[in-house]
Amino acid sequence: MTKLDGSDADRDHSEHLEASSDGSVDDPQVTAVEREPLTFGREGIRAGFLTCLPVALGVGGYGIAFGMLARQAGLSVAEATLMSATVIAGAAQIVVVELWTDPLPVAAIVLTTLAINLRYSLMGAALGPWFERLSPRQSYGSLLVMADENWALTMRDLKSGSGRGAFLLGSGIAIWCCWVGATIIGATAGGVIGDPARYGIDFVLAAVFIALAVELWDGRSTLVPWLVALVTAIVAATFVPGRWYILLGGLAAAAVEVIRYDQ
Amino acid sequence: MISDGALALDPLVVGVILAMTLVTVLTKVGGFWLLRRIEVSERLEAGLSVLPGAIVIAILGPELAAGGPAEWGAAGIVVLVMWRTENILLALCGGIGAVVLFRALG
Repeated sequence: MTKLDGSDADRDHSEHLEASSDGSVDDPQVTAVEREPLTFGREGIRAGFLTCLPVALGVGGYGIAFGMLARQAGLSVAEATLMSATVIAGAAQIVVVELWTDPLPVAAIVLTTLAINLRYSLMGAALGPWFERLSPRQSYGSLLVMADENWALTMRDLKSGSGRGAFLLGSGIAIWCCWVGATIIGATAGGVIGDPARYGIDFVLAAVFIALAVELWDGRSTLVPWLVALVTAIVAATFVPGRWYILLGGLAAAAVEVIRYDQ
Repeated sequence: MISDGALALDPLVVGVILAMTLVTVLTKVGGFWLLRRIEVSERLEAGLSVLPGAIVIAILGPELAAGGPAEWGAAGIVVLVMWRTENILLALCGGIGAVVLFRALG
C-alpha cells in the first residue's frame, strides 16, 4: 500500500546533486522535470481515473472490510460513510475503528490518525517538483484526494514525463468513488451479520492488518523498526491502559530509526 | 455512541470524524506547503517513513499474542496468500476460512 522509497530516493538524489561536484548536475531526469510542459486539464483527469480504476477496485476490498468493522464497532452506515468520504485514509480509518470504545478516546483517535498519516506529508513533498508549477487551487485540491495507491501511480506517471498535472486528481477521484461505495456496501452487510466469532468475522481486522503488513514490508531494512514496534507494543499493552500501546509502538520504532540513521 | 439506525449521526462521532479529517488534510497538504520553507532532515524522514508499518505491527502484536494456535495458523495463511497473489480479498477470505476451520478442529 505504501511505498516511500520512490520519494526518498528522489530527495536523496536531488540533495546529492546540489552537494556534489562530479559533474552529475546534468542528470537528464532533473532537467527534464524543469523543461517539460505541465498541463492541468480534463485529459489528465481522465488518464488518472482510468489508470487507477483497477487499483481502486482493489482498494474497495479494504473499504468493504472497513465498513463491516465500523458497523461492528458501533458506527452507523451514515457515520462510516461520512468518515470514508472526508478522511480518505484507509489504514488510519481501520486502526481508529479498532480504538472505538465507549466513551470515545478522542485524543487517542486524533493522535493516532495524525501519526499514521504523517507519511502523506512526505508523499506530498515528493510531488513538489511538479506541483510547484500548478496554481494553489490545483495543487492543494489534488492533494486532498491523495492516497497511497494513486500517489504511487502519479509519481510513476509524472516521472515518465507525461506532464499531466491533473493525474493525481483523476486517480484520486477513482479511489474516492470505490472507497466510499465499498464502505456503504460493507457497513450495510456488517449490520446484518449476527455473532461475529461464528463466521470468523472477529478475525477480519487482524487479517486486514496482516495483509497490510505484507504490503508494507520493504525488505530487511524493515526488520529492526518492526521488532522494536512489536516488543514495545506487547510490553506497553500489559502495563499501559487503553490503546496507547499502538502509538507507543509506532513512535518507538520511528525513534530507533532516527537514532540508528547513520549506522 | 452506539447508534440504532443505519442513518444515525451522533454529534460527538461527527465531531471526531471532522477532527480526523482536519489532521489528515493537514498531513496531506502540509508536506508540500513546508517543502520550500523548512528543510526536513533525511534522518527525520527515515524515522517518519517507518511509522505506518510499525503502527500496523504494534496493533497486530498484542492482538495475535492474545490469540491461540487457530489465529496464528490463519495469520500464516493470510501472509502466504497475500505474498503469493497480492490480492487483498483473496487473502481475507483465505484467512477467515482458515480461522473458522482451525477453530472447528481445535
